[in-house]
Parts: sequence; structure tokens; C-alpha cells
Amino acid sequence: MKLDSMYQEVILDHYKNPHGRGLRDGDAEVHHVNPTCGDEITLRVKYDGTTISDVSYEGQGCSISQASASVLNELLVGKELAEAQKIQETFLELMQSKGKIEPDDAMEDVLEDAVAFAGVSKYPARVKCALLSWMAWKDATAQALDGADAERKTA
Amino acid sequence: MTQLPGLLDTEALRKDFPVLDRVVHDGRKLVYLDNAATSQKPRQVLDALSEYYERYNANVHRGVHVLAEEATALYEGARDKVAAFINAPSRDEVIFTKNASESLNLVANMLGWADEPYRVDHETEIVITEMEHHSNIVPWQLLAQRTGAKLKWFGLTDDGRLDLSRIDEIITEKTKIVSFVLVSNILGTVNPVEAIVRRAQEVGALVCVDASQAAPHMPLDVQALQADFVAFTGHKMCGPTGIGVLWGRQELLEDLPPFLGGGEMIETVSMHSSTYAPAPHKFEAGTPPIAQAVGLGAAIDYLDSIGMDRILAHEHALTEYAVKRLAEVPDLRIIGPTTAEDRGAAISFTLGDIHPHDVGQVLDEQGIAVRVGHHCARPVCLRYGIPATTRASFYLYSTPAEIDALVEGLEHVRNFFG
Repeated sequence: MKLDSMYQEVILDHYKNPHGRGLRDGDAEVHHVNPTCGDEITLRVKYDGTTISDVSYEGQGCSISQASASVLNELLVGKELAEAQKIQETFLELMQSKGKIEPDDAMEDVLEDAVAFAGVSKYPARVKCALLSWMAWKDATAQALDGADAERKTA
Repeated sequence: MTQLPGLLDTEALRKDFPVLDRVVHDGRKLVYLDNAATSQKPRQVLDALSEYYERYNANVHRGVHVLAEEATALYEGARDKVAAFINAPSRDEVIFTKNASESLNLVANMLGWADEPYRVDHETEIVITEMEHHSNIVPWQLLAQRTGAKLKWFGLTDDGRLDLSRIDEIITEKTKIVSFVLVSNILGTVNPVEAIVRRAQEVGALVCVDASQAAPHMPLDVQALQADFVAFTGHKMCGPTGIGVLWGRQELLEDLPPFLGGGEMIETVSMHSSTYAPAPHKFEAGTPPIAQAVGLGAAIDYLDSIGMDRILAHEHALTEYAVKRLAEVPDLRIIGPTTAEDRGAAISFTLGDIHPHDVGQVLDEQGIAVRVGHHCARPVCLRYGIPATTRASFYLYSTPAEIDALVEGLEHVRNFFG
């Protein structure tokens, strides 16, 4: 059944047992919404130099948006910024592929559990759900690093 | 098959709607339960649209050639049909817009630019309700922000009705306009017009009624409503998209200023100033949606051929059946009135902790089209502490079997996420 390609076991697992949920200390906080469906996320990033020491979040939304935030936390915490950006860009490329990208081994190495979202990319209405937390992370990261830059300049 | 008293002969009616024969997702028969978002269109309307373009297409109210005159007669003929459909005292009180949102924005802008006694300014108040569609919230927020007027609203009771207990404090001598929905698109509630109109008239406030979810489903009589403005849209009542209606009382339309300027709405123009055409043309700047108006006229003919009272009875029977069947689904909570009394055929609900998006996706896989989200009425979701709802909404061609399919589909949803 086609539905199973969207609701992969991995996604449902993350939805039922989310990683790193809850708001903790951070360098920047953003609040993103998906106005078409009302999904919302508040997300904080914490950096230790250029290493992501934490991504914490709280939100409400469908299984896809919640599972995606959980996968993001699992994947990005502990990574160097450059590597995290590569993961984010690869995930974005996959989600914008309209189901045309069949993830290969190289992509799987980068995305790990996040490849499970490949099936979601066939459903245009749901792509935004999967991307909500990733866009929030990108935005929060830009703010955190801007803040760090500003601090360095004034120091 | 379930037989209920009051049902229309849907087997015959459904033959008029080609799209209802569609099969989706590898052999699933389409079960279209998203009628509050937009209705499907009967062959009669589709034919009227193509006939208009194939035989008559011309711009209206200009040109003396045959096509221009025929197109004008068809466009104005559609206005006559709308006027009769809503029992307007005069055809000149029917303004064509592109949708209900534009109609409501038009009222807000008329009042924002009006002279006394209509003028909305920083000493006056605007009253709406917490169950409005965003299209009857945002135009008033904009007007309030631009004029300094105070925006007030009626809250909701736990069972999905307007809380009118403080009506005398909310509608006061300062109130210039009370704008509210006749039938809620998210809760299904049919609101008590008379009580609100009576209080508004006591203080001399104008009344605007958003009838978007009423006009398609029940007899609509603007004189009986005693409102000053009534807005609705064509595409929810078997008509095409791109055509809406604003009805307004003639003396108001004469007194109030135009909003959009352009061709069609003028009497004379010089480089210094212009004078305006009488209503309704004063409010119809530019080339109007001609084919769409003709299509709406055909939709009204279609609805009239069935009878709005019979459509109301059909939907009432379906709603009674639906609330009863939905009550059998474990963990299902109806957001809005839980009986069919004073209730339209749009039913919102939550299903345990399963997010409406997921509910809608699994239903779609079974061919069942519902709406999920906040239905452009986010304050209602906030009021009831929920992120969103799933909404099933019925129309004249909906059947008890489709409600059975929905209930079965929801069982499948529960198993999938259980």
C-alpha cells in the first residue's frame, strides 16, 4: 500500500518516541508555523564553538512534522556546523524531489534515519510538515551565529 | 442502503456531477466530503460556462455589437437570478465580487472611507465573533488598525455556540458595525441572527452577515434577516470559482463611497475628478467575472430546480445520521454542536491524539476527501485548545453510504496509528 511509503516504521517510531523533545538552554530560539495546517514548533540551538551541543524543541503537529524534528535532533546534535549544513541541504534536496530521488548508499550515509522521509516527498501537501523543524533549525542557527559574530565584534 | 426521511434522490442527482464518478488511488471510489471548502459543479453549470465562451463571449456594458449586448444581457440576467434567490427587494442591491472575502473587504473599506453617519473612526467600535472565518476577521482588524476603532467580539460557549450573555456590553452605542457568520464553516453552528440584529438596531449599528456556508445549503432571505449587508461566494453553491456576491441595502449603497476605482464604475471622468455610476456598478470596477456570473446563474437555476428547502431537509437528515454514527467512533470528539439542532452539515472533530493531518492522509488513501487544519478559523482552535480538526462536510449529493465509508475509514485510521 502506498501509504506505507510515507508512514515508514522509522517515522512512526520517532513519532511515538521522540528524541530530545522539550526546551532546554539555547543560544537562539525561533518559532515557526505552517500556516496551511497549523503545525507549530519552537526550537532552540546551543553551540559550543562550531559544534552543535543541543537542539531542543517543543511543538504540535502531525506525525511527519514531529518525527522529522526527532530525527533532526538525533542526527545533528554533536555534529560540526559544516557537516550539519550538508545534512540539511541533502534532506532539503530529497524532500523537494517529488519522489524522483531514490536514495543511494551515499545519501543514506549522510541522512541515516532521515532517508525514511523519501516517500513523503511524493505528497506536496506534506513536504512542508517534514521541513518545518529543519527550516527552524537553519533560521535558529543563523541567529545564533549572528549573535556570536556580534559578540566577537563588540569584544 | 440506509434510507432516511427527507433525503433527495441522490442516485439521480449524482449523474449531474461528472467528478463524483472519479476513482482515485488505484480503484477507490471518490467519497467527496469537503463541500464546505468548495462544492462540485453539475454538468448544467459546466455547460453554461462553455456555452458562454463558445457563443457569446464579449465585454459587458460597452460596445453595440450583438455579442456585447448578449453578453451584457446574460451577465445582468445572472444578477436577476441572484436577486430572486436571496429575495432582494431590488436587483440593484446585488454587487458581483470575486468571492466572499472580497465582499467583506468591500464593506470594511466602504465604512472606512464613509462620511458620517457611517464612518468608522477612533471613537467607534466594530463587533465580530470568535467563530469567524479569517475573511471576516482580518478585514476588520485592518480597518481597526487604520482608523483606531476598537475591535470587539463575542466569545464561544463550550458546546460551540455564540456566548451572547453580555450582548449589551459588547454591542453598545459606540458600535458602528456588527459582522458575523450565519453558519460557521468550522463548527457548523447556525447562529441566532434575530437576537444580534435586534440589539444592533437598538444602538443604530449596521449588520453584515457572512452567509458563505448558508447560501448553498438553506433558503436565504435577506429581507427576513434584516441585515444591511450579506456576503457569500459562488463556488460553494455549485457555481464556478471567481464569483462572489455582496448584497447591500439600496440607500446604503447610494450613500457609501466606492472602494476600487476604474472602468465600469464611473459616470463621467475628467482629469480633475470623476462622478460615479449608481450601484451596483459603482462597486464593480473593471471587467467583471462575466462567465463566472453566468455560471453562478446556472447554479442558482440548478439549486432552484431541486428547491432549497428540500436541500436543507436532505442535509439535516444526513447531519443527524452523521452525528449519530460519529458518536460510535471511540475517542472521537465533535468540535461544535453535537446534535443536528441549529447546525449545518459541516462537522469538525478530533480523533484521540492522532493529528488531523494524519487522519486526512489515511482517509485520502481510501478515497475519502476531508479537510484538515484550522479551516481559516484559527481562533476557534485556540478557544478549544486543539491544534486543528478534521472536517467532513456534506452537500445535496452526499449519501448515508458516504458517512458509513467515513466511519469505516476512521476505524482504519485508528488501527493504523493505534
